[in-house]
Amino acid sequence: MNRDLLRSLVYDMLLARTFEERAAQEYANGRISGFLHLYPGEEAVAVGVLHAAEPADYVVSTYREHVHALARGISARQIMAELFGKKDGVSGGMGGSMHIFDGTRRFMGGYAIVGETFPIALGVGYAIAYRGLPEAVICFFGDGAVNQGTFHESLNMAALWRIPILFVCENNHYQIGTEIHRHSAVADIHKRACGYAIPAEKIDGMDVLAVYEAARRALDAIRNEGGPRFLEFETYRFRGHSMADPGAYRPAAELQAYLHDDPVDSVIRAAETADPTPGKQAPIRAQGSPPSPFRGPAWESLTAPDIESLRAEAAAVVDDAVRFAEASPAPTMEDAWHAFRRNRMPDGPSAP
Amino acid sequence: MNGPVFYWQALNRALDAEMALDDDIITLGEDVGLFGGTYRVTEGLMAKYGEWRVRDTPISENSFVGLGVGAALAGLRPIVEIMTVNFALLAMDAIVNIAAKVPFMSGGQFALPLTIRMPGGVARQLGAQHSQRLEQMFMNVPGLRIVVPSTPQDAYWQVRQAVRSDDPVIILEHERLYFSKGPLDEEAAPPPPHQAAVRRQGTDVTIIAWSRMTEVALAAAELLKADHIDAEIIDLRSLLPIDWAICQASVEKTHHGLIVDESSRFAGAGAEIVATLHERCFFSLDAPIARVAGLDIPVPFNGALEAASIPTEEGVADAVRHLMARS
Repeated sequence: MNRDLLRSLVYDMLLARTFEERAAQEYANGRISGFLHLYPGEEAVAVGVLHAAEPADYVVSTYREHVHALARGISARQIMAELFGKKDGVSGGMGGSMHIFDGTRRFMGGYAIVGETFPIALGVGYAIAYRGLPEAVICFFGDGAVNQGTFHESLNMAALWRIPILFVCENNHYQIGTEIHRHSAVADIHKRACGYAIPAEKIDGMDVLAVYEAARRALDAIRNEGGPRFLEFETYRFRGHSMADPGAYRPAAELQAYLHDDPVDSVIRAAETADPTPGKQAPIRAQGSPPSPFRGPAWESLTAPDIESLRAEAAAVVDDAVRFAEASPAPTMEDAWHAFRRNRMPDGPSAP
Repeated sequence: MNGPVFYWQALNRALDAEMALDDDIITLGEDVGLFGGTYRVTEGLMAKYGEWRVRDTPISENSFVGLGVGAALAGLRPIVEIMTVNFALLAMDAIVNIAAKVPFMSGGQFALPLTIRMPGGVARQLGAQHSQRLEQMFMNVPGLRIVVPSTPQDAYWQVRQAVRSDDPVIILEHERLYFSKGPLDEEAAPPPPHQAAVRRQGTDVTIIAWSRMTEVALAAAELLKADHIDAEIIDLRSLLPIDWAICQASVEKTHHGLIVDESSRFAGAGAEIVATLHERCFFSLDAPIARVAGLDIPVPFNGALEAASIPTEEGVADAVRHLMARS
């Protein structure tokens, strides 16, 4: 294991957790308004997948996308300022928590209507395939999205024209409050990709090392063999669907079991272990995963002081992001019209 | 000046001309490739530009329009054909929630050079599900542009302008105009895409129409000559934005206005035009601006009833006579 990569994975996991818990506090403090969908519990998916991606790859994400944005390298400052609705937010305060866009990092947006990421990824991937570039699109979605028509329509076209998309299902088992066996006739989501002849795997989404390896393999296959790939990551959100949801529909024992499988704690335990084989004993674990190149003699562990320094750095970055967001000015209506018009033709419509 | 050519031929030539200039332009939709388009608009393009630039899609409107949005975000200039406006209802999420909003929601980071072509209107006995315009549904969505060409000349240039625009543009074509003929000048510089055109100069009443209703209005003007009423006909050419300056100047000259709207009257495009012109020209008017519009009923299949459910030249002429008698 490359030590820098391990350090980066651990740091991003810590930053993700710290950022989201702080966002929850700021929501409670009244400094963040509107819908706020947080990611604790699911960090391993975004962090693992996006570490496996190249800078030239595109990312299309959902309304639960703060951590995708962080893992893509967008600054905590710009993301927090967007959550605050401020002018220095990554979308200028016009998007908000659910609509983070950063063209410079090929972060093609957070989309707030379930199922929209499929056709957007399809179009971005179409452009890549038409131009014959060695790039790919990472398309995030949850288990709730797989019953939208766009899932089936877009998987069909992606397979038909061999579009370079990595479909990443964040299966947290709930579409808001409806558990997967109550919303899906086939709850093994990766099996649905078989209907479109897209190679698919189910992976433990609580293990960032397993996520990273699986995404790396899938992206290599996309670049070497062409066509889409599909990964289902089994994960869990520790909080409700949004800040408005206490999550009371979930059995306490279920939540407790997953909390024992906390992906941030797990990666720290693994990183501190000289030889982490055979890894943690998780209550749920994908079967049949191939042996990991992370395990074994090449492993370079981190020390406890290493971890503490990463934890302190993440805390400092989040504190700084909140101060930055607070200090940033509110956007004006003029800024809103500017955002609305800046791409318009010179003869375009004028304000009323 | 060439021609005359069919409206569909003008569209075809416009697509060809733009695609020849820019490899980033692609077109896609149901049966646009091998089949050549159900109204022949994309005829010959697949043979010339290949499958990646002229793509036959499955019947998946929401996703292939969304594909167009994603491709535009990645730098292509897609032209998506929706076989008829009625099927656009299946793609409203891609059009309204995505295409119209991403440039804004991203804080202005992303241009969205997407063109969406679709025919609509009442044709001949296609039944209620294939006889709609729906322009009013798109007009209420900030971030879109809507053009409604009524002649081969406008069809040609408004398509070329739409393809070059960095905004999402909806081109509402009309099923009964595809096989109408008119002159086509492929050299002359076109007016801006949203600029209205005065199709007939007149002094007594301003009739505002668009798309196929322009020819209905022009025919009505001929009927009104017998009544010594000299009608000015404005073809809006664009419904979002609307060229208020030309409409206002005409109404202030004639002191009378009438809107011809093929869609159902209630909450249709005509309602917006009447309201805005009343706000702008109230003190110039000799009578309230009137509307002639489609009935508030799904379009009947029976041919005679179908014809009676949308504006006709006689109906427009009668409405003008009534309007003039009130002042």
